Amino acid sequence: MADTATTDERVKEMSRLRLSLMRPELGGMVGTVAVFVFFLLFAYDSGMFAAQGIMNWSIVSAQFMIIAVGACLLMIAGEFDLSVGSMIGFAGMMIAVFGIVLDLPMWIAILITFVICVSLGALNGFIVIRTGLPSFIVTLAFLFILRGFTIYIPQTVENKTIIGGIRDAAEGDWLAPVFGGKIFTGFFQWLGDIGVVGVFERGSREGQPVVDGLPMLIVWALLLVAFGHILLTRTRFGNWVFAAGGDAEAARNSGVPVNRVKVLMFMFTAFCATVFATCQVMEFGSAGADRGLLKEFEAIIAVVIGGALLTGGYGSVIGAALGALIFGVVQQGLFFAGVESSLFRVFLGIILLGAVVLNTYIRRMITGER
Amino acid sequence: MNARSEHAPIVEMRNIEKHFGPVIALAGVSVDVYPGECHCLLGDNGAGKSTFIKTMSGVHKPTKGEILFEGKPMNFATPRDAMDAGIATVHQHLAMIPLMSVSRNFFMGNEPVKKIAGIPFFDRDLADRTTMEEMRKMGINLRGPDQAVGTLSGGERQTVAISRAVHFGAKVLILDEPTSALGVRQTSNVLATIDKVRKQGVAVVFITHNVRHALAVGDRFTVLNRGQTLGTAQRGQITPDELQDMMAGGQELAQLDDALGGTV
Repeated sequence: MADTATTDERVKEMSRLRLSLMRPELGGMVGTVAVFVFFLLFAYDSGMFAAQGIMNWSIVSAQFMIIAVGACLLMIAGEFDLSVGSMIGFAGMMIAVFGIVLDLPMWIAILITFVICVSLGALNGFIVIRTGLPSFIVTLAFLFILRGFTIYIPQTVENKTIIGGIRDAAEGDWLAPVFGGKIFTGFFQWLGDIGVVGVFERGSREGQPVVDGLPMLIVWALLLVAFGHILLTRTRFGNWVFAAGGDAEAARNSGVPVNRVKVLMFMFTAFCATVFATCQVMEFGSAGADRGLLKEFEAIIAVVIGGALLTGGYGSVIGAALGALIFGVVQQGLFFAGVESSLFRVFLGIILLGAVVLNTYIRRMITGER
Repeated sequence: MNARSEHAPIVEMRNIEKHFGPVIALAGVSVDVYPGECHCLLGDNGAGKSTFIKTMSGVHKPTKGEILFEGKPMNFATPRDAMDAGIATVHQHLAMIPLMSVSRNFFMGNEPVKKIAGIPFFDRDLADRTTMEEMRKMGINLRGPDQAVGTLSGGERQTVAISRAVHFGAKVLILDEPTSALGVRQTSNVLATIDKVRKQGVAVVFITHNVRHALAVGDRFTVLNRGQTLGTAQRGQITPDELQDMMAGGQELAQLDDALGGTV
């Protein structure tokens, strides 16, 4: 016993640099730097890095971040949710149905929608836990079920697949601006006045800054990322999330309430999807049956770029947020750079592959597997 | 004998029966365990060892029979109840998660909490410090508390699991075949850990089908065969050959050539 207490001659000393590189976010960090360098070189003059351009890709990235946080925590807990995209469409439609068709006050419509969607998330989780089926299959079923209802309901009650008029209905509501409003408008006006941010030269908004505030969408994204990161790394619940995804049986043996953790993560994913939907509905002023298509995969890709392991038990919310940032910057950046937009997918595929290869290597270093 | 005369048993299992549908896994097994002893539970595959310890640790409810813990009848509904009472199990399939750090594993399910502005946070500093200290006591030299369990050897993982159980106040420690997948040197490390733990007054239930491992640390030996006890023997009252024969259920083991050492 005593001789094992001395330094094991077969464990190599690791350099500080190598140790500092051993974190799940590394792939996301490298990718972020690479993407920014690329666009600074090729699209600097396009306005991508002017106030309006920054706001443009920030909003897109923030959208990805909101759903990536949920997908990230759920994936670390060892499960998938493929119904995120359908949930976005469904949640938006629910807000329209309650707020416009049934003419309820907007805040009631939003709250009811949150209750319904988070309950559906719980149902997803409950079925997965009870049946022991892979969440991949269960949520795939919900992908179709929810999308079907999202098309069926507006067609039946309104005879169309888009319900508009939400912006007017939300006028004066206290809860709607929490999702669709902007903050720091005075600060941005001041930035416009001192010339940091461009102002409109003419027209009805003459003198107003081109970026007139920080959209609540971005605030939600940052809050959710901060919440997710602290929850995961700084609380006992976070330890349970890792444990539930790392080895559910071992976690149960140690007294971790694995089922509760998983169901709560399904509910949180649904909550994130609903936040996304509510922000989108408030921004567009309408709910459409095709909203949120393919979002589940984009969320999962962002999470995987961010260093999470598809099989659970390992990952980082900060990494997922960086993955979402890469996603948003590339999608909008190619537009600014004047590149044919279909190449976005090519670029994305390459980044995904590169990030995953890098992440696999990092993980091997951390866990010592070969 | 010494522990026996001074103390009452900490766990008494009386005539435990467990049926799974038509299968009788345990047909009236009685075992008692005293503080500070290492009670070895031997048996071949399928003898009911695992079912028996799962009954003791609250995973299964006995179909018939009584469990007394510290003299009082106990009815554990969940493993958590048994754990709270002080019965900890280190499973054959380790309760360790390779991707997580040693300190996160050590405190899994028992995370220390520090309140900041009323919000309970995971006290990682305390967790890291405690982990390093406990590991040093057990003779494991970690690179750091954030080293992943996946980088430890099988014996080291067992030792982490055992010291974790003891740290969290286990009075009875059930070890489910802790040495079955280990090399010689790692096995001796785990057996040394068992000895350290026993000397702290913890009752150890050591499940194994390796007679030599059992005889190395055991104070008493109970052999299970086809769901029944074949009696409990004291250290020094039984030879390895007798134990081996009991495990085989009185049947002759396949006679091996002298060149192979006679017995299995």
